[in-house]
Amino acid sequence: MLNPALHELPRALQNLLARDDNPATLAALPRRAFLKLGAASGFALGLYPLAARSQAAAEPLKPGQQPSAFVAIAADGTITVTVNRLEFGQGVQTALPMILAEELDADWSKVRSQLGTNQPAYADPRFGMHLTGGSNSIKHSFTQYRELGARARAMLVQAAATRWGVDAASLRTQDGAVLGAAGQRLGYGELAAAAMALPVPAKVALKDPAQFRLIGRPTSRLDAAAKSSGQQDFGIDVRLPGQLTAVVARPPVFGAKLRALDDTAAKAVKGVKAVLRVPLDRGAEGVVVIADGYWPAKVARDALKIDWNTDAAEKVDSERQLAQYRALASQPGAKHFDADMAPLAKAPKKIEAEFVFPYLAHAPMEPLNCTVALTEQGATLWVGSQMPGLDGMAAARTLGLKPEQVAVRVQVAGGGFGRRAIPSSEYVVEACAIAKAAQTVGLKAPIRTLWSREDDIKGGYYRPMHLHRAHIGFDNSGKVLAWDHVIVGQSILTGSPFEGMMVKNGVDVTAVEGMRAPYPLPMRLTVHHPKQNVPVLWWRSVGSTHTAFVMETLIDQIARDTAQDPVAYRMKLFGDQHPRHRAALQLAVDQSGYGKKNLAAGRAWGVAVHESFESVVAYVVEASVKDGQPVLHQVTAGVHCNLVVNPRTVEAQVQGAALMGLGMCLPGAAITLKDGVVQQSNFGDYVVARITDMPAIAVHTVPSADPPTGMGEPGLPPLAPAFANALARLTGKALRELPFKLV
Amino acid sequence: MTTLQVNGRTQQLDVDPSTPVLWVLRDTLGLTGTKFGCGAALCGACTVHVDGQAVRSCVTPISSVSGRQVTTIEAVTADDRVGRAVRDAWVKHDVAQCGYCQSGQVMSATAFLKSLPRGQQPAAADIDAAMAGNVCRCGTYARIRAAVADAARALV
Repeated sequence: MLNPALHELPRALQNLLARDDNPATLAALPRRAFLKLGAASGFALGLYPLAARSQAAAEPLKPGQQPSAFVAIAADGTITVTVNRLEFGQGVQTALPMILAEELDADWSKVRSQLGTNQPAYADPRFGMHLTGGSNSIKHSFTQYRELGARARAMLVQAAATRWGVDAASLRTQDGAVLGAAGQRLGYGELAAAAMALPVPAKVALKDPAQFRLIGRPTSRLDAAAKSSGQQDFGIDVRLPGQLTAVVARPPVFGAKLRALDDTAAKAVKGVKAVLRVPLDRGAEGVVVIADGYWPAKVARDALKIDWNTDAAEKVDSERQLAQYRALASQPGAKHFDADMAPLAKAPKKIEAEFVFPYLAHAPMEPLNCTVALTEQGATLWVGSQMPGLDGMAAARTLGLKPEQVAVRVQVAGGGFGRRAIPSSEYVVEACAIAKAAQTVGLKAPIRTLWSREDDIKGGYYRPMHLHRAHIGFDNSGKVLAWDHVIVGQSILTGSPFEGMMVKNGVDVTAVEGMRAPYPLPMRLTVHHPKQNVPVLWWRSVGSTHTAFVMETLIDQIARDTAQDPVAYRMKLFGDQHPRHRAALQLAVDQSGYGKKNLAAGRAWGVAVHESFESVVAYVVEASVKDGQPVLHQVTAGVHCNLVVNPRTVEAQVQGAALMGLGMCLPGAAITLKDGVVQQSNFGDYVVARITDMPAIAVHTVPSADPPTGMGEPGLPPLAPAFANALARLTGKALRELPFKLV
Repeated sequence: MTTLQVNGRTQQLDVDPSTPVLWVLRDTLGLTGTKFGCGAALCGACTVHVDGQAVRSCVTPISSVSGRQVTTIEAVTADDRVGRAVRDAWVKHDVAQCGYCQSGQVMSATAFLKSLPRGQQPAAADIDAAMAGNVCRCGTYARIRAAVADAARALV
């Protein structure tokens, strides 16, 4: 049953997604951030933050109500900034405090950060829901955190003015202190209590970006030391008094049920507290073992004798599925782009191409986990969640609580790549169902449900398998006359709360993002979304994980087939449009020495450029084939993400995303199914990139003062096609399948 | 009862002797700096030192290390000269992204540098070979390479 608030979600998101860039609206948003959290709570997600705005009168904050949801200044001057996102590697836990500290004129050495909760204040200011995804954190919260910092600064200045009996306009701020014209000085810590009692100013002036001293400065991560010495706690490290660990036996086929269970041996394992049947995701049934640690729970789970009933579950088989997708691709599907296909028949040059992409697991290094503590008042969850608001509501439904009775404490997560943003809240719901079942047998301790790596690799929610088919007609100048394209792949969002907003005319926008643009192509694009009994999900850069490969290898092939330089051909297609694409590509070309430098024998250049999530990344790579295996030697990135907040983070995100993109090319980077059973289980048979795969990467950014766009994902999509394009130049053979098969 | 030496302290443990060192560290002793990644010695997140050698604690039963010195990330980066140099290089190069694998990376790097004759600078290929058992999904490998080389220079 849908919670009414959840039911509202698509419409609310639709409203908010109508690109609410009205400056007046944006300016109004941060004010609520200063409200005592309770005043704006209620979890009416469908109404929030629109309703909250009207409540956001500048009411005074009382000392000790500390307050402000986003910035807390201690008497010793330590400033703690609360981050409204999940930190899972992308560096927002440092970048958002930098943005706030910039306008606050804080002493950066005194700035700390912490993650937030499912409280309404921490919703994405544009989406109106809690979301870390879509490379949106900096893009959507840049102005928000600047205004937060500016408002806090104005309040501190006013407090100093009052203390000194002078006009606030005569004061300035620097490095965490207010300075007076007569040489007075008060540190922020000394002013904080008085400042927080003042009304929140309705309007504040923001700095001229030319005055930025923190934003744009290469800055070490706030968590660097903790993460280099084992001191950083993640969700898996939460330790509560009496806490128990749950490990689940899930069926071998998605959605299957239990026929019979013999738990005699499992219950005999020392440390085991309970063995219980639990309802699982997608109507499945499973068995949970609850014990006083992971190891006894895991040993006991392995000792369960379970007769699974898979009769009613559709058993997907990858080979059959590929044949089915091929058959579908021979017919047009739901229309996304249209163009006249008549010129195709008489085009002087043609390409007919089919591309196949497998299911991919996210496999974040920290296995999935969620800790649930039930009390008489409600529930508290500790979880590394990309959508704590949705997860909190799902937890409430599962536990029979009101949404406001569930607190979600967002934990630093060991990677995620989309796996911790589940529209169905699957692993959170499971953890809550376990806590509820445990309570019925008298286990009241907090319970951490922990997945093994095998559970994770076999657990579904994969990047969907896709098949693309393209028929392209072009002339000898490379002018495309008609491009007929079909995509076959499961819809990620059909059946989710996002369906109303993101599935249009039968096309899931996450399946087609990255198609056609930025090239002026006469394209007919149709889409089939077959249903399969395999749960699917967004995976770092989502649709662009496959569309960028298809587009950039085909564009490159047209250039090759018409004997044109791949950079010059792309620039010709851009014409005088797409200045960010042009700038990113030119930067990569200039920095790599493309077209000037002589490559080592056996190497070839490869080029690709792709925009995703409003940032553009171009790669120029050098590759070779050694012993029949493709080798990527050197990558030069040209990046356009507008203003760079932290250059060290942008560099790291591009390095990491490129490596993950390279990982898609490696033999063994695929999830396959046979008779409904996932055939891979761990890093031994589900291959991920290792240090020996890492090419040298040089990252260059195009200077810009425009408001920043995100960099968590955009570095991924163009890597594989750039690599493939280099290999095609070496071997004369276009690669149209991931992972690569050279023979 | 199994007797274990962890970070220089003797621990008497009433735990099944087949229990992997990882889970004794994490669930029994509360030393959560050592991470669970794969449970099968495939990713290196759980790396500890046993008598100075890098060992995957997720597949090492406590019975096999009885009487031997187990050292974890908490102690290596606090008390050990090489471990501190590696930690400092990791911070200087901002290696960590999500950071989850980094305990294991630091432990592998430290064991590797300890295995070299004092002052010897490792070749790039040797760094890769030493670190190839440690998976990082964030892709911090470029900075890991730089940090290991930097730590080696600092140890001269």
